[in-house]
Amino acid sequence: MNFETTIGLEVHVELKTKSKIFSPSPAEFGDDPNSNTNVIDWGYPGTLPTVNKKVIENGLIAALSLHADVERHPHFDRKNYFYPDNPKGYQVTQSATPTAKNGWIEIEVEGQKKKIGIEEMHVEEDAGKNTHGNKFSYVDLNRQGTPLLEIVSKPDIASPEEAYAYLEALRERIQFTGISDVRMEEGSMRVDVNISIHPIGSKTFGQKVELKNLNSFNYVRKSLAYEEKRQEKVLLSGGKIQPETRRFNEINGTTELMRVKEGKDDYRYFPEPDLPSLSISDEWLEKLNQEMPEMPANRRNRYVNDLGITDYDAMVITQTKEMSDFFDTMIKNNADAKLSANYLQGDVNAYLNDNQIKLENTKITPDALATMVNLITDGTISSKMAKKVFKAITEGQDPKQYVEDNGLVQLSDPAKLQPIIDDILNANPQSIEDFKNGKDRAVGFLVGQIMKQTKGKADPKVVNKLLMESLNK
Amino acid sequence: MNYFDKDLTSIHQQLVDKEITAEELTRQTLDNIKKQDQDINAFLALSEVAIDQAKKIDQQGIDSNNILSGIPIAIKDNIVGTDLKTTAASKMLENFQSVYDATVINKLKNLNSVVVGKTNMDEFAMGGSTETSYFKKTHNPWNLDRVPGGSSGGSAAAVASGEVLASLGSDTGGSIRQPAAFNGIVGMKPTYGRVSRWGLIAFASSFDQIGPLTRSVYDNAVMLNAISGLDDKDSTSSSKEVPNYTAGINQGVKGLKIGIPKEYMTDGVSKDVKDAVLKAADKYRELGATVEEVSLPNSKYGVTAYYILASSEASSNLERFDGIRYGYRTENANNLEDIYVKSRSEGFGSEIKRRIMFGTYSLSAGYFDAYFNQAAKIRTMIINDFQNVFKSYDLIIAPTTPTTAFKIGEEISDPVTMYMNDTLTIPVNMAGLPGMSIPVGFDNDNLPIGMQLIGKPFDESTIYRAGYAFEQNTNFHKKTPELGGH
Amino acid sequence: MNKVTKEETQHVANLSKLALSDEELPKFNDQLNSMLGLFDELSEVNTNGIEPTFTVSDQIDITREDVADNWNQKDALLNNAPESVDGLIRVPAIMDGSDE
Repeated sequence: MNFETTIGLEVHVELKTKSKIFSPSPAEFGDDPNSNTNVIDWGYPGTLPTVNKKVIENGLIAALSLHADVERHPHFDRKNYFYPDNPKGYQVTQSATPTAKNGWIEIEVEGQKKKIGIEEMHVEEDAGKNTHGNKFSYVDLNRQGTPLLEIVSKPDIASPEEAYAYLEALRERIQFTGISDVRMEEGSMRVDVNISIHPIGSKTFGQKVELKNLNSFNYVRKSLAYEEKRQEKVLLSGGKIQPETRRFNEINGTTELMRVKEGKDDYRYFPEPDLPSLSISDEWLEKLNQEMPEMPANRRNRYVNDLGITDYDAMVITQTKEMSDFFDTMIKNNADAKLSANYLQGDVNAYLNDNQIKLENTKITPDALATMVNLITDGTISSKMAKKVFKAITEGQDPKQYVEDNGLVQLSDPAKLQPIIDDILNANPQSIEDFKNGKDRAVGFLVGQIMKQTKGKADPKVVNKLLMESLNK
Repeated sequence: MNYFDKDLTSIHQQLVDKEITAEELTRQTLDNIKKQDQDINAFLALSEVAIDQAKKIDQQGIDSNNILSGIPIAIKDNIVGTDLKTTAASKMLENFQSVYDATVINKLKNLNSVVVGKTNMDEFAMGGSTETSYFKKTHNPWNLDRVPGGSSGGSAAAVASGEVLASLGSDTGGSIRQPAAFNGIVGMKPTYGRVSRWGLIAFASSFDQIGPLTRSVYDNAVMLNAISGLDDKDSTSSSKEVPNYTAGINQGVKGLKIGIPKEYMTDGVSKDVKDAVLKAADKYRELGATVEEVSLPNSKYGVTAYYILASSEASSNLERFDGIRYGYRTENANNLEDIYVKSRSEGFGSEIKRRIMFGTYSLSAGYFDAYFNQAAKIRTMIINDFQNVFKSYDLIIAPTTPTTAFKIGEEISDPVTMYMNDTLTIPVNMAGLPGMSIPVGFDNDNLPIGMQLIGKPFDESTIYRAGYAFEQNTNFHKKTPELGGH
Repeated sequence: MNKVTKEETQHVANLSKLALSDEELPKFNDQLNSMLGLFDELSEVNTNGIEPTFTVSDQIDITREDVADNWNQKDALLNNAPESVDGLIRVPAIMDGSDE
């Protein structure tokens, strides 16, 4: 018997805002426990929520970028459950009227393109964070109320590879909208996975199993691949798949049982009476659409077709929105596209890797790097000199100023070079003789002498040209 | 000092004229409360900082343009403030100290009013007799064997017994108007959104509203002026401009079109109450208004729909009381589940548990459409009923309660009967309308009878105008209870 | 309509995190049933074409600008917590393993 796999992904994305979704407390991490909390975050009696407009806007931006149908009259709902990190005893979310429905995203696996449907997406509040000791658990409510966007896929994903490609595509798109950092390692992207298999041709889906502890896209792919096989084995040996939650064991690449699910959760959703509903106008959507950053696929097309850089370069540059925006600013400063691309994927990336730093956190500016590229293109500096200039740029120095202060300007003015060449030729009649007898090596010797005389600042191209003219006279 | 022969205007004049200082007034008020409350039990706690606050106000001087400057006020104990504990009359919050002030308390403090104490109530405002309070039973000043009504029973009894001139209560299904009626005073439930709920411990969020209880209509309007208005912290509070409620109060009712809903004058309403309301209607006719019978056909579903919706919201609103961050925590916990279950089971009284159970059941999977959603649709029908009447009428009058105050212990044993007591007040909350109870007579047992004036949304002004006109032409409000020999 | 069984009443209590004693369970079960008797009359009301009302606020589109404001209430809040350690709220160990 052969099986088909059905995978559903629920992706939680932490939205980048200054304040929380329902309280003005700072939405920041890494501060002392509970220092970014107030009476609202603690669910104090008598407190009421207020909606952060930016969160609504970010949800709409995501909806537009994923081609989804926007809900024009959304309201919030309460999802009721008791948990120490859930201070009100309910989470405020959108259940009946999610931000948007019926979106899609295109993925590519082994050259095959496929549209994956998005069931719905909604904004909601994150819970606090529990940490566990032996006898006690500890609650920090700093994260309580930070805004989340949940994106629920349709069960269109048919393989672990597609799941991986979906996550990559989703991360790329969301990252380019600028609404989230979408970094799994920092918790700003979290993935819940469920998978079922059923015999090919069967009309009903198999029993879903939920997978947890998936801290990277790779783990998602590996755990799904393992789980696919495991479920196949169980079914082929006449067994039944239990409704259960399994944990990925990253050491041996297997999944193991966490708990069997008993009954259905009963969250008693109902409309949040403390928050009036919203109305999403055409004007608002139009404005957001116009402000929407260009998506990576469009950028790559433009880079390759209009700017003439390679597919590979375009791919590398669009790894992050920051890098791509950086590149675009360089181009606006008339920097050569090819050379700019080379520097970004070469020296710049090497610098980021060596220092484990994000581009936006360095002192490198697109204006400075464009200036450097332009100095190279117009022959002011050599690519060798550029190494020093680049280092200066990483320290926040102005490239032009640096070149001037350090006398790095390349000597390429024929009027200044010709007398030097004449002096060298006059001092080396033997070399002229050798050249005329066909010994090309003499040229190399003469160039070397000229470079020595100019302390290496002479533009080799100009020197060569002038020297040949003089020799052939 | 007892306030029977005073009102806000006269006390304010005495303060301005320095016949009495704010400190003296506060001191005498507290002394009188301590004396009267041996019988009445209206207060759960008296402020220990009130006298200091009054001294400061004296130092600043009484502002002759601010009628509430230096005036002692009582607050229902489900409104949080930093000066006193806030218990919601529950063991759950027996020692709860809020770390912030409710918006209404802020407003009163900014006006230099003095909060003298927190008043008794039904636990978490669930009840109609103040008997579900964990701490004490409040007695009706007109007859100590009777309940003061509820849930704002303490706030009403404190005003009726002359302990204070004004208090704040909250009204979810009648909790200001019903005790006002039982105590022969004036109680206003403003339009939903007129007064900020920030700092009001939520019972049912889409119904709750804070409002003033006073002995006179004019004083009530003064209080509503003080506490109304948009609040950024309450997204459901209205951005509509707040009119000056005292400004047109004496314009009379000439030409006003008033409706009496026939569904509010059925056999379920006692004869004394009906007669008093009919007499009041005649009084309005005499004063130049037209009064005609109207119909609110869906009101009969109000109580049931209300208990589904309000209990559902309450079940969710009360989930935060879990023994983890504040409030009561069980001493017998072996694990986390014990913290939840035992703290809640030991901290909540049985009426609270009953409503949580109703609410949880109504919201649970498979029942949402049959109960919660169906009740929410009936809510729409009730709103439509009122809108229809208000197309042709300016005001609705009706009895506030089917009977006068019942005996302590009489009804609490039967929840269904107790819930039915709110049948005349609930539709107003369902529709979010303003409603005010005023005294319109006494029954054979000399217990006060209340009548509701129900207005269009945000038209408290017309209610005050009509209430004032009635009051100026009758003497019911002048009668005071005879208090025991203290 | 369906009558609530004691098991259902117990289930509702579990959802509500309430413990019902042996005396309370039948009492609450009876009261739930008598209330539901009232509730059932509502199911006979024709509400076709009627939209439900979930709020009577006259407000719509009420939002706040995204400005962070720390009210600095941490110490007062922790002070009210029954148990806290090093700025964290302490509870007995969460044992269900669902918190990952």
